[in-house]
Order: sequence, then C-alpha cells, then structure tokens
Amino acid sequence: MAGLTRTPDASRAPTGARDTVTRVASTRDSSKPPFWTNRRRDVLAGYLFIAPQLAGVVLFVLIPVGLAIWYSLSDWNVFTGEQTFVGVDNYAALAADSQLPSVLWATAVFCAGVVILNIGLGLLLAVLLNRRFRGATFFRTLFFSPVVVSVVAWTLVWGFLLQDNGGVNGLLGAIGITGPNWLQHGDTAMVSVIITQVIRSVGVNMVLFLAALQGVPSHLYEAARIDGAGSRVMFTRITLPLISPTVLLTSIITIVGALQSFAQIAVLTSGGPELSTTVLVYYVFQQAFEFNDIGYGSTLALMLLSFVMLLTLLQWQLRRKWVFHEQ
Amino acid sequence: MNRARKLFGAVALTTALALTAACGASTDGSGATNAKDVKLRMTVWTSNEDQLELFDTIAAAYRAKHPEVSSITFESLPFEDYNTTLTTQIAGGNAPDLAWMGDLSRDLIASDALVGLTDKLKATDGWQYGDLEASATKEFTRDGTLYAYPFSTSPFALYVNTDLLAKAGQKIDPKNLTWDQVAAAGAAVHSTTGKAGFVVRDFDYKSWNTLATVWTGFGATAWSADGKKCTFTSPEMEQAFTFLHDAAFKTKAMPGPGTTADFFAGDAAFTVAQVSRSSLLTDKFKYALYPLPAGPAGRHAVIGQAGVGVLATSKHKDQATDFLAYLTNPANSEKLAQFFPPPRKSLLTGAKLAADNKVLTAAQLQEAVVDQLPNAVTLPNHTSPAEIAQRGKTALDAMWKADADVPAVLKSVCAAIEPILAK
Repeated sequence: MAGLTRTPDASRAPTGARDTVTRVASTRDSSKPPFWTNRRRDVLAGYLFIAPQLAGVVLFVLIPVGLAIWYSLSDWNVFTGEQTFVGVDNYAALAADSQLPSVLWATAVFCAGVVILNIGLGLLLAVLLNRRFRGATFFRTLFFSPVVVSVVAWTLVWGFLLQDNGGVNGLLGAIGITGPNWLQHGDTAMVSVIITQVIRSVGVNMVLFLAALQGVPSHLYEAARIDGAGSRVMFTRITLPLISPTVLLTSIITIVGALQSFAQIAVLTSGGPELSTTVLVYYVFQQAFEFNDIGYGSTLALMLLSFVMLLTLLQWQLRRKWVFHEQ
Repeated sequence: MNRARKLFGAVALTTALALTAACGASTDGSGATNAKDVKLRMTVWTSNEDQLELFDTIAAAYRAKHPEVSSITFESLPFEDYNTTLTTQIAGGNAPDLAWMGDLSRDLIASDALVGLTDKLKATDGWQYGDLEASATKEFTRDGTLYAYPFSTSPFALYVNTDLLAKAGQKIDPKNLTWDQVAAAGAAVHSTTGKAGFVVRDFDYKSWNTLATVWTGFGATAWSADGKKCTFTSPEMEQAFTFLHDAAFKTKAMPGPGTTADFFAGDAAFTVAQVSRSSLLTDKFKYALYPLPAGPAGRHAVIGQAGVGVLATSKHKDQATDFLAYLTNPANSEKLAQFFPPPRKSLLTGAKLAADNKVLTAAQLQEAVVDQLPNAVTLPNHTSPAEIAQRGKTALDAMWKADADVPAVLKSVCAAIEPILAK
C-alpha cells in the first residue's frame, strides 16, 4: 500500500523510472485495495476446513434427499430403467395403504420401548457405575462391549437364543418356566426386538451419562448433604438438572437411532409375525428394494425423514423448558 | 475480474462437455461398445469353489477362441439377497451382462429386460435346441421365445434318515408312500427319539411357496393357470393346510414355528428338498432318496428351477448371448450336469447323471430326477414374486398358531395377494 512508494525495488530504479513507479503505485493504492485481506484469508481457511464435511453433506445428504423427492414423483421400472412422472400418485398411495397404520404403530411401539429403556437403563447403569467399588471398570466394559459387536452378528446370535428350542427357553426351562415362542407371537416378537436392541446399544448412553455425571461438581452434593438432602432429592435437584444437556443429546440420538433400526428387524423377525415388527425403515426397504417400487419407497423414506426432523425439532424447542444450562 | 471468472467457467464447462462427448463417442448408437476389449460379467448365487472353477475353465476355453473378450467374471452374490442385489445393480446402471435367475424371471421377461435366446441357440452349430425338455423350458418361455436357459432343473424329493426310522421302529413302503404315512412315521420318530419328523427344507414358516411340494399332492394350486385368481380357498388347499397344521401342532410330525431341525445334520427323519441338495449328505447316518409321497390327488412331481439369461441393458448383448450359447452347448452342459440337473433329454438318464454324482446311485437319480421331469410342475411363480411372497406370508402367519382357523386364514391370503395377481 503506502509502503510501495519506498520499496527497495523502486529505490533501485533510475530516478525517472522511480517517479513513474511511485505514481502508478499510488494510483493503484487509492483505486483498488489488495484482494487477499486478512479477513478474506480467514474466510477462505474456514471454508477449506469445513469443505470435506460440506462435500459429504452435499453428496450423501442433499443430493440423495433431492433424488428421493424426484423418485417419489415418479414410477420407476427398475428392470428397464424407464421413469415416468406420476405427480403425487405415490403420496396418494400413502393414504390408501392398508398396511401403513400397522407399520406406524409398530414403529411407535418400537421407538417408545427402545428410547425409554435405553435412556432409563443407561442412566441407571451410569449412576450405579459412577460409584467407586471393586470391579466398576469391569462392569463398565461389560455393558459397553456389545456396542462394538457387529449388529448383524449380535442379532443372529440372539435369533438362535430366542428360538422356541433356543438358549433362553432352555434357561427358563431349567428353573421350571415354560418360555414363550419369542419370535413367533406379535407381542413377544416386539419385546424381543426391543430388548436385543437395548442390550446392544445401552452402553453408548451409559458412557455419555457417566461422562456427564463426572462433570457434576462434588461441592454441590456436599452442600446439599449439609442441608440434610437425601439421595432422591440430590438426584432430582442436582444430578438431573446438571446432566440435562446430556439427556437432551442422548434422547435425540436414541430416537433417531431407533427410527433407523433396520438390521435387527431384518435379521431377527423379517418384520413378522404378521406386521407386528415391521417398522417404517424396514417397510421402506421392502417397498423399494424387494418389491422394486422405488417411487413409493422414496415417498415412505421422505415420510420417515419428516418424522425424524419433526421429533428433533420438537425436542430442540422443548429444551428451553427442561435443559438446565439453557435457562 | 468477474468477466475473467465467467470466461474461465465457460472454458472449463466447454472442456468438460467436449471430454464427455469424446468419451461417449466410444459407444455406438446401439449401445454396443467397441468390440475389441469386451469384458463380460455374470452374476451367480453359488460360492461353491468347484462350480466357480468349472465356470472359469469354460470361460477360459471360450476366450481362447474369442480374443475380443478380454475377461469373463463370475460374481457371487449371496442367495438370500440375490434378487435385491441384482435389481439394485440394474436400477443403478450397473447391470451384469448375464445373470442367474429364479423367481425374478417372470418380472424380467414381462419387462422385456431379457434378450430372446431362441434364434441364437437354434442358429448355433451343434447346439441341438430340440434336445431341451419341454417341461424345463416352459417357465422361461414367452410367445415361443426362450428368455433364459434352464441350467438347473432340480426335482424335489424325499430324503429319509433310515437310521432314525429304525430307532423308532418305523418301516415305510417307498413304492406306495403317502403323506399320511410320512406324517405318522415322523410323529413316531419325534415322540420316540425327540428328533424332528418331517421338514420341508427352506420353508421355516416363511417361504410358503415351498409348501407346493406338499399341496400339489392334494391337488391344490396357489392361483389359477392364467395367474389372475387366487385359489388358496379351494377345498384341496384347505385339506393340504389342515394336514400341515395338524402335523405342526397336533401330531408334532413337523417341527413347529421357531424350531430348527437340519435333516442333513441328522436332526430329522424326513426332509423335502431338491435333488441338487444331495451334496449335503454325509456318512453321519444311512439315508434313502424317494420321489415325493402321494397325496389324496395321487403322485406328483415338483421342480425348482434356475435359469441364466442375457440382460437387455448389457453393452455386449451379442457377445454375452454367444458366450451363453457356448456355456450351454451339449459338451459344456454335460460338465455342468455334475452340479445342476440339466434340461437336455440326451443327458437325462440315471447312468449319465450318476457318472459324476458321488452320493446318489443311477437308480436313485433315474427315479427321483429323470422319471419326474416330464410331468413336473414348478414352484408357484408370478410377476411381483417378492410382494406376493411377503403379503402371503403376513397373512399365513396367523395359520401357525395352535388354534388357527384354517379356512379363515386361507381366505385372508387370497384377500392379500389377489390385488397383486390382478395387476
């Protein structure tokens, strides 16, 4: 900028030329500031840092969602590749689908079961394992270990255990109880799917709650104890409010995870018996990839997406009422 | 600056379009690429190393005569997900050139997604089109044109664990064997030994179409000959399902829902399975193989089929069809017959089939395969097979309870599948 009038290069130039350089530089200075200002460099660096993530979102979220919207307006013959624009026919088919109410009910029951048990048990385990006792580390590892097991392998093993002549009924038989045919009756099949899912994934919530519990300042408990507060009061008045951001986080990821549970259903029950365990994501798969109705499958997928977005938005809005650090 | 940016953008776009056009120019208008470096891909559901080795050997011999074909790849897909994977590949623009197919064949043929083979096969020197068994080609033929070669035409048969029968003091007369006798002997084996009686392999209270191996003997069919009307409510079907329901819940001749029993591991007295499953037999127990037992409607034969066809979306349809003709010529059919019961009449003798079969005798193969084929029916096959199977299964789940109302459940099956049949 102003320094250009006395640059070393300019000073080495002949006098006449130096005058010219000075004049030109001065003209440039006043009319056009340099493009790469510090602010622009920072902005570029910021964009470069988030570029991989942005590319991922565009490639694997925005484009697929856009394609799903387009497919939901089409009838696609997958065998010949022909696509015909059908407008809102696939959306009208939602209303006429006699199986959809059962599917939505199964989805609601599955999600409610998984979310309540997953958060409740996760919190209970975290509270119990947050205490110092012999073997605490072992139990933490024990409850977390199913998380690292492949979901298909986990479900296959449980499929054998839950057979009529499987391990679970064998154990029950050993103590004189005749177990039900777990996967062949609607109610027990849903309970089986929920429990196998919860046992596998509760470790994630447990670890998150453990981390949150360890962040609660101990002096608050000491002060409460001096004031004569009992365990229940300390838990409801100190622990829960202070870990409420983690409760919000776990509830969001557990609900989204429950709505996306597919392998457990596909491997354990294939959606049966009847439609008792056919949850929405499995129904999407059936329609799109087994029945080759990509258009209707995309419409159902968009419905699932809207459920996930609505529930997340609802939780996000409700956080003001119960999440402590937001108040 | 803006102008320079626009100019740069325009140049980049034009260059990209020109490059795309240049790349695209390697394909001609028909979709066939330059035939100098043809790479063929065929999807199969076997992962058996011996079978894949045989395919590779045949492919290598073909490539030696056709240098323009630089590679022929056999892509193994898991059987359980085969249809889903294949249709996903087709939908994604990554269809193979050739594909094995089972119940998906009707949809593929109806959608004109397969290349007609008849003319090519008839025109191939020494191929002997007239050698094909008519009952074997029926499933893959439309309007006189064959769309898939029925490389495996395997009848269902009754495998018997004679050790278990002896343990339970049961004797059967194979010449006059009926379903009732099988159920009675099976129930006796179960009550005496704790092992299962009879198992319809792969049924597992889900794949109900395999029950056609039983209900055909009762004179029942799943739908009318034109495929438009559900016939699950027929008296014959009601009788067949009453028999099956009693076997599962009253006599316990058949393991109930949620109970597995593998005949080939020695867990059951009888199993209904395809003859091609004989490779699973070991020397763990003594066994016998008979044609399916008679039902109230008499003796019957049912076959499970697999075909191989050329996808219409293949970039190398001509080369793929030519390779298929080579793969299935009389000489190679004879090689394939060691694994897959062939559709060629010239190969269908007990002695020829037994030449490469390590576990079954010529007499067994003559009785269970050769004698069954001419009058055999196939498992129920229709367009939209997955949807029919799923809707039917959902309705039939109510059947597999001890207190099921058999006629009411069968009526619900028709209510579930008839709209799909009528499409």
